[in-house]
Amino acid sequence: MPLHFELVTPAKLVRSEEVHMVVVPGAEGEFGVLEGHAPFMSTVRDGAVQIYKTEASAPEVIEVRGGFAEVNEKGLTVLAEHVEG
Amino acid sequence: MPSLKELKGRINSVKSTQKITKAKQMVAAAKLRRAQAAAEAGRPYATRLAAVMASLAGKVSSDSAPRLLAGTGADQRHLLVVVNTDKGLCGGLNANIVKAAKVKARELIADGKTVEFYLVGKKGRAPLKREFPSAVGDGFDTSTVKTPGFTEAEAIADELIALFDAGKFDIAHLVYPTFKSALAQDPTVNQLIPVPTPANTAASDAVVEYEPGEEEILEELLPRYVRTQLFGALLEREASEQGASMTAMDNATRNAGDLIGKLTIIYNRQRQAAITTELIEIIAGAEAL
Repeated sequence: MPLHFELVTPAKLVRSEEVHMVVVPGAEGEFGVLEGHAPFMSTVRDGAVQIYKTEASAPEVIEVRGGFAEVNEKGLTVLAEHVEG
Repeated sequence: MPSLKELKGRINSVKSTQKITKAKQMVAAAKLRRAQAAAEAGRPYATRLAAVMASLAGKVSSDSAPRLLAGTGADQRHLLVVVNTDKGLCGGLNANIVKAAKVKARELIADGKTVEFYLVGKKGRAPLKREFPSAVGDGFDTSTVKTPGFTEAEAIADELIALFDAGKFDIAHLVYPTFKSALAQDPTVNQLIPVPTPANTAASDAVVEYEPGEEEILEELLPRYVRTQLFGALLEREASEQGASMTAMDNATRNAGDLIGKLTIIYNRQRQAAITTELIEIIAGAEAL
């Protein structure tokens, strides 16, 4: 089951796709989100978001600064102020 | 009656004006598309942030809420953040924004509040200063950058929040144009600080885990919300400016065309009159011989 992942900045919607897992650098430590994660909200510290398209693939890394992550029944949404690359 | 030479000069001058307005119109049309796309691209972030805000604000009790949400407890000193454009040639856009700001200011003054202005963009300064000479304070200059982006919105928001924390005002309102279409840009007045509590506080029943905690998240979220609001206002301003400019310049070009037509008719009529007079003179001279 894929996880719906959205990465949004004020300037644009960077990503909106189905992925296997996303590792987010939370304020109190990194956390990985898979499909069916319990509702969860956390601030994000500056760091890299790792996106695993499939279980085996190498992660795609996106640097984010200043943000906020929300997991609800629809999936994971990361609101970041700046995205590098 | 102006002479033929004068008429020719006027026609030429109107023609060069028409060239300028036409060029400006085309530039605005090209920029409008980009500005509109940018304004649209900024919407998902704003809507998602607002949704998160709504669900959080409903959960934090009002007495422990951060100051940016709860306010200072007073509503005496108001700050009007007026977002104007930096450049002219955009019809009545700036006049309309200033008018909306003035109406709001008069309303507040009539209620016995004190009003101050914080101006973004150059164009609103002069008319507001004329009306409220003592109330126009600081401003933010966006004319140095080509397209104001999130960095500028961040800078403005940080300054406003610093002013708020220093106790310079109790309530801030944001006055900016909302882009509807190239023909209509409506000035909008929104409360900016303290952040208005979203109306639909119907929090979902889902048990959400918060990390670090609701209040800490909210505390971080509020400045971000203010920034997003300002960023949105800047984007709307950009789109509005180009839209208004396009319409105004289209009218000006058409008007110049009409004027050229009229002047050309007068010019031709005069030329004909001069030729007729000359002919009469020649014929009269020939007959006299």
